[in-house]
Amino acid sequence: MSAFEAAAGRDDGWRDRQPMAAHAAHGQVSKRIIVGYGFWIFLLSDIVMFSAFFASYAVLVGQTAGGPSGRELFDLRNTAIQTACLLLSSFACGLASIGAQTRRGSWFYGAMAATFVLGAAFVGLEAREFAGLVARGAGPTRSAFLSAFFTLVGCHGLHVTAGLLWLLTMMAQVFAKGYRADILRRMLCFSLFWHTLDIIWVALFTVVYLMGAGQ
Amino acid sequence: MSHYEQESDAPYADTAPGDDHFDEDETAEGVGSYLVGLGLATLLTIVSFFISGTTLVWGPSIPVALAVLAIAQMGVHLVFFLHITTSPDNVNNVMALAFGVLIVFLLIAGSLWIMAHLNHNMMPMDQIMQMQR
Amino acid sequence: MFGKLSWAAVPFDQPIPLIAAALVGVVIIGVLAWVTLKGWLPYLWREWITSVDHKRIGIMYTVLAMVMLLRGFADAIMMRSQQALAFQSEGYLPPEHYDQIFSAHGTLMIFFVAMPFVIGLMNFVMPLQLGIRDVAFPTLNSVSLWLTATGALLVNISLVAGEFARTGWLPYPPLSELTYSPGVGVDYYLWALQISGVGTLLTGVNFVTTVLKMHAPGMTYMRMPMFCWTTLAANLLIVAAFPILTATLAMLLLDRYLGFHFFTNEAGGNVMMFMNLIWAWGHPEVYILILPAFGIFSEVIATFSRKPLFGYRSMVMATMAICVLSFTVWLHHFFTMGAGADVNAIFGIASMIIAVPTGVKVFNWLFTMYGGRVVYSQPILWSLGFMVTFVIGGMTGVLLAMPPADFVLHNSLFLVAHFHNVIIGGLLFGAFAGYTYWFPKAFGFRLHEGLGKASFWCWIIGFYVAFMPLYVLGLMGMTRRMQHYDVPAWRPWLLIAAGGAAIILAGIILQIAQLVVSIRRRDALRDETGDPWDGRSLEWATSSPPPAFNFAVLPHVEGEDAYWAMKQRARRQAKLGEEPGYTAIEMPRNSPTGFICAFFATVMGFALIWHIWWMVALAALGAYATFVAFAWRDRVEYVIPAETVARIDRANRSARSQALVAMQAAP
Repeated sequence: MSAFEAAAGRDDGWRDRQPMAAHAAHGQVSKRIIVGYGFWIFLLSDIVMFSAFFASYAVLVGQTAGGPSGRELFDLRNTAIQTACLLLSSFACGLASIGAQTRRGSWFYGAMAATFVLGAAFVGLEAREFAGLVARGAGPTRSAFLSAFFTLVGCHGLHVTAGLLWLLTMMAQVFAKGYRADILRRMLCFSLFWHTLDIIWVALFTVVYLMGAGQ
Repeated sequence: MSHYEQESDAPYADTAPGDDHFDEDETAEGVGSYLVGLGLATLLTIVSFFISGTTLVWGPSIPVALAVLAIAQMGVHLVFFLHITTSPDNVNNVMALAFGVLIVFLLIAGSLWIMAHLNHNMMPMDQIMQMQR
Repeated sequence: MFGKLSWAAVPFDQPIPLIAAALVGVVIIGVLAWVTLKGWLPYLWREWITSVDHKRIGIMYTVLAMVMLLRGFADAIMMRSQQALAFQSEGYLPPEHYDQIFSAHGTLMIFFVAMPFVIGLMNFVMPLQLGIRDVAFPTLNSVSLWLTATGALLVNISLVAGEFARTGWLPYPPLSELTYSPGVGVDYYLWALQISGVGTLLTGVNFVTTVLKMHAPGMTYMRMPMFCWTTLAANLLIVAAFPILTATLAMLLLDRYLGFHFFTNEAGGNVMMFMNLIWAWGHPEVYILILPAFGIFSEVIATFSRKPLFGYRSMVMATMAICVLSFTVWLHHFFTMGAGADVNAIFGIASMIIAVPTGVKVFNWLFTMYGGRVVYSQPILWSLGFMVTFVIGGMTGVLLAMPPADFVLHNSLFLVAHFHNVIIGGLLFGAFAGYTYWFPKAFGFRLHEGLGKASFWCWIIGFYVAFMPLYVLGLMGMTRRMQHYDVPAWRPWLLIAAGGAAIILAGIILQIAQLVVSIRRRDALRDETGDPWDGRSLEWATSSPPPAFNFAVLPHVEGEDAYWAMKQRARRQAKLGEEPGYTAIEMPRNSPTGFICAFFATVMGFALIWHIWWMVALAALGAYATFVAFAWRDRVEYVIPAETVARIDRANRSARSQALVAMQAAP
């Protein structure tokens, strides 16, 4: 292993975060900024995808085809608990970021575990809600409104589920390889992802549940 | 060589989105940011849920109020959880976000406007259903 | 066990697809056999298939585009010949087959010719022009390439197994819903595009990050070459628009696979919403195609007029204006769907406004040429052809932007002529200009000039002969996609159009000949110095082909046309600049991740189309495992020692010194 490869492996990411030294001698910005920005752009594309589903939902919200509407179906208590879970998990994720950057194992693993539990609770509650709707004959094939509802909310739920898988992978990677610079960059991406999902949920519970239940 | 900093458009180094300039001993500040964010977001959520079900507020204004509260809460998330600021080292991040918001607005507002007009020109649903029988 | 797949899927009873599939099979097996027997497989695997080098990936994208151009053009020849023959007769293509042909033609040309062509050129050129070593995410680049290839492969597999969609290049419901398209055709289309759409979106993320965050020292945004600005704008559009395509196709997939009701006629579905959403993607898509072509023309015209580009700042503003405005015009694709006069008027006006920044660009190109000493090479011929042809196409577009005119001409051959006018005259001519311009940089030798010029004249004459009659036919009332007709007045025009297709065929044959001859005569056509056209931007500062690391030392940029300034200084001083201090260079390792992910994506796509659920699960698992394996890598870079860098760079410097001496000696 040459000196360069050794140096690359030993880089602990501290240099990534220093403002002026973020520009290496040859004038390029640090990898952390490049990776973070690239993932930010990807998240914006994800938000555009959600807005396409939002637009469909908004257009089809009245098309209940003689079937049940939001007011009859939504349980706002469940929504409130889901919101609390996701918001707290976002907070926990923030603590996990701090734990990672300060390399405190107890903070990192503890906060990540809390994020996972809260996120899993969110997904579990949503799955239960969906199962209940299907059992009542209000599944996604009943009407265009329900198709749009299940797709929009379900897409968010799928993203959260994928995030939970990613979370476990992050914990495994830190456990196996320590707080290496590239793993810290991925942690940055993960926290961006998790917080963005909570932002999308704000729009979701407002437009779908709160406005829908009032119709 | 410091020529790059002098000649580039951004006199400051960039910050990655979601990143915060803090060192090992500023943990308390970092946690503080998340705590304030959590508190504000909780407050806004509670108010949203309350308003949606109450009769204390004039009915037709409720969707608008909910939208404003939602936007405020998204702002809280952006500032306190994602550390998006208006400082020069965040310009690229804010510009990208602004572009995304513009596209989302054009897509949703445009689609709603267009589809409402298209539906306006469509035969009423019950007449179509009648024809299908 | 195998879902809906059975031997009945192979079209034994339909001679034309069977023969086509057999031909394609023979070619593929033949090429594979030749490569294997010559012992090139290890080299190809090591240096190309697993490559994460933007130059190699760019070349592979372009090769994919050109191969798919042949398939898409074959479809075009079949369409033209069918319409020439099918006057008061059925022609030789039954309707079910003809419908698949025009659908495949459009799908292939847009998604697997036009997109890969421009992405390939951007991939190759943009990092060189920015003075950097590679894009922001090299392995992701490889993933994008192979996912795009997966999409192309799936569309071609439909020749052998099953059928392709019969719904046109955009599958409007309710025809594309399960009720009216119960076969696998639409599913082939949908999964091919969803998979390659992921690849394209990742390219968008990659390139936006590269252009905004990675420059050589001293290269500020306003010193970037124009091609990099158009790359930025096009990729911002990819990031903003492709998610809409993903979402809309996903909704159609949910309708078809799980019985949802987004676009069905029953249970409240809204067919018109599909058109709305798909064109909200579709309009930015055409700007994604054309903006890189505009960038190519800016480079070519400046270089071959031997003048700096006129009005750089206004070009930048026009480009970014087009980028934003392209999201405000999409309704002009469905004026006739009934949104009413108010909505139509607003979008019609917006569509006319968007022509203005394009006009600014055209005038800037003209002013660049004015007062310059224009050198008549292949790239400039394609550019001149573009300017005339694209302006005509643009004007017919502005004509169509007026709702009253559009009500008469919507979905007629006038529309078909318009979009071919702008796509061929704009995008394809631009791609060919870029191909002939940067070919020496990529391969180290020029393309044969005579054959190239001949192919240009065949293409441009063939284009006018093939498509001007379509304008006339549109005004006479002929609809698009007709399998047969019985109006005698249309016949002569369709015969002329078929003749035009034959002339274009000659042009394509000449291009193939040009490639073969140029490879044979490559020593005579060698580009010794790396700067065959006396270029202005940084890619011409490297050798041809550039070394893996692009630049031995990242160049220090002091103004626009960075390389021109360096070159003029060297000429004034009659010697090259000082030899730089060489250091070791770290480059990203090659990786099979892209290829393996795409393999699993192909299997998954095929299994989804044929409802082989266990295969879907296995393939998904395989893709995830590949991803995790990639994330577990410890050694991500390799080092090129300083001596190697020095040796490679000194060779290029000595070639350039010799050329400099020769230039001083000549009168």
